[in-house]
Amino acid sequence: MPDPVLEVRDLRVQFPGRHGTVTALDGVSLHLNAGEILGVVGESGAGKSMTGLAVQGLLEPPGHIAGGEVWLNGRRIDQLSNRQMEKIRGREIGAIFQDPLTSLNPLFSVGSQLEETIRLHLDMTRAEARARAIDLLRQVGIPGPKERIDHYPHQFSGGMRQRVVIALALAGEPKLIIADEPTTALDVSIQAQIIALLRRLCDDLGTSVMLVTHDLGVIAEAADRIAVMYAGRMVEIGPVREVLRQPTHPYTRGLMDSIPALGRRVAHLTQIDGSMPRLDAIPDGCAFNPRCAHVGPRCRRARPALMPTGAGQNACWLTHGGVA
Amino acid sequence: MIVFLIKRLSNAALVMLAVALMAFMIFRFAGDPVELMVNEQTTQEQRQELRERLGIDQPVLMQFARFVGNAVQGDFGISYRNQESVMSLIAERFPATFELVILATILSLVVGVPLGVITAIYRGRWFSEAVQFASIIGVSLPSFVIGILLILGFSVSLGWLPAFGRGEVVQFGWWSTGLLTHSGRMALILPTVALSLYQITLVMRLVRAEMLETLRSDFVKFARARGVPAWRIHYRHALRNCLMPVVTMTAMNIGALIAFALVTETVFQWPGMGLLFIQAITFVDIPVMAAYLVIVSFIFVTLNTLVDITYALIDPRLRDATT
Ligand SMILES: Nc1ncnc2c1ncn2[C@@H]1O[C@H](COP(=O)(O)OP(=O)(O)OP(=O)(O)O)[C@@H](O)[C@H]1O
Ligand code: SF4
Ligand SMILES: [Mg+2]
Repeated sequence: MPDPVLEVRDLRVQFPGRHGTVTALDGVSLHLNAGEILGVVGESGAGKSMTGLAVQGLLEPPGHIAGGEVWLNGRRIDQLSNRQMEKIRGREIGAIFQDPLTSLNPLFSVGSQLEETIRLHLDMTRAEARARAIDLLRQVGIPGPKERIDHYPHQFSGGMRQRVVIALALAGEPKLIIADEPTTALDVSIQAQIIALLRRLCDDLGTSVMLVTHDLGVIAEAADRIAVMYAGRMVEIGPVREVLRQPTHPYTRGLMDSIPALGRRVAHLTQIDGSMPRLDAIPDGCAFNPRCAHVGPRCRRARPALMPTGAGQNACWLTHGGVA
Repeated sequence: MIVFLIKRLSNAALVMLAVALMAFMIFRFAGDPVELMVNEQTTQEQRQELRERLGIDQPVLMQFARFVGNAVQGDFGISYRNQESVMSLIAERFPATFELVILATILSLVVGVPLGVITAIYRGRWFSEAVQFASIIGVSLPSFVIGILLILGFSVSLGWLPAFGRGEVVQFGWWSTGLLTHSGRMALILPTVALSLYQITLVMRLVRAEMLETLRSDFVKFARARGVPAWRIHYRHALRNCLMPVVTMTAMNIGALIAFALVTETVFQWPGMGLLFIQAITFVDIPVMAAYLVIVSFIFVTLNTLVDITYALIDPRLRDATT
């Protein structure tokens, strides 16, 4: 099996503050193979965005990586300087943000922002960059790219702007794209188009995508594997079919049950009693234990690591020797 | 864009008409100017003749129409004090004020913008905090105190720079400039610094606040995620988004500076319009006061209009909204 494009091992992110240090991510591990889409789900505040930011080296100080490793295309990147990360961002990792209305600089034409990104990362003349920019706009399905390239962001609709953002993410020919809720801010009718576009680009270009979303329907449709996060930890990860059909972690099961049919959002997890603990009040042992129906003494004593089960991995004593 | 221009210009014209009305009212309420200009020996005929010359024997509406008509042609009547044409009095003083205000504006931008950018990018570092602290002192000192302190320091104690006047000036037609002679340039330094200190702190604080806000915005974060280097984000993406408020404030403040210059001109005995106005008040020289009001307002309104047009040029969103 070839090396994964991205491998995150036991990642820990901390925010030192006046009232002590907050551990926002604790022992997050995941990997992405070439051309694969990994869907990342979890309640609000679970650490999905944080994981993406940590990989890109975009944590807001004083937040920092306090432990673990991040490997990208066979190279360790979690200890690089910001100067070195600037060369990686855009070139090796593309990004798609949630809100296309605010992701683009309103004062520059989309062409100038595309050409800027292209020329930063690829050795091209101005004319070559422009040709590539037009080509990118065509690839992401913007009609009349030759005219549209000189238009400003406000002249595009929300869906079209997100296509421009995708074109920007692709501009430096990265092998990995981190898309943080790329459809949340869009009309429902447009969401499916954008997801289909991502899926197609992924297949055509062999790009891997880490797709953060609240929408399990999107995951079911587009992702190859799914990663479930809870309170800054990875609780279950595996092939989409298996995890959706037969979730092994009680939290994942709760997530599935909380939506009557796939395609609904999981913003409100009313089916699971209680709420996710604050980061400074995570219980000992399994972080899910106050809400878990299967909780046993072992769950309160020791923290389950991410261990193999079937085709994937989970972090639950239930499937690893029992909770007693 | 054309519609927008016409709209803006007619707005400006309307405002100027209102200002003219106010200036005109000063005449009406200030009593009979003839009584101010004559002495006991003046005969009734002479008084009547003066009345006709001043045009105050006609109905009010006619007088106002004449006032506006004349003002448009730059004719503000004659000074009550020395019976000279008001316009030539002002024209003679205008270059001094203009030079001072423009230099103060340039200085405030050249110093204020980089300070604002630096204190925003390096917020929390000791030098940013020091600049911030100094700026608080800058805002809280009244400008005449700054002027007097500068004179005390650089003229009286050190003797490096002149304390008053314009030095030698070079004449180009009706325009005079102090920029071409050594003594003229030396004389400009202190008043310019005195007038611009407050502006520098304003510009700096505005740029800093705007930069901090812009640096938090999504498109800056996205630019970082695209791998745009930090300096390019700061000076190209973020600063450009801060420029609009700076342009607005700068242009608006040129008007304010002309008004502020009154104090600076008094402290430094700078022969500009402000000093002329102060003298006009002392002598109840209504035409000079009215002309000063109209001309300063005109500068205000013109700048305002230019600002709006510049806005439309910088920001593509406005450009479209107005066509
Ligand atoms: N500057 C900070 N200091 C301390 N904690 C922070 C800071 N920023 C974020 N966090 C915490 O990190 C956690 C993870 O946040 P993150 O944005 O990754 O959640 P998320 O899973 O993306 O949620 P959402 O679905 O709402 O986007 C949150 O609980 C948040 O409170
Ligand atoms: S480890 Fe225990 S508490 Fe945690 S999810 Fe599994 S059964 Fe529930
Ligand atoms: Mg998030």
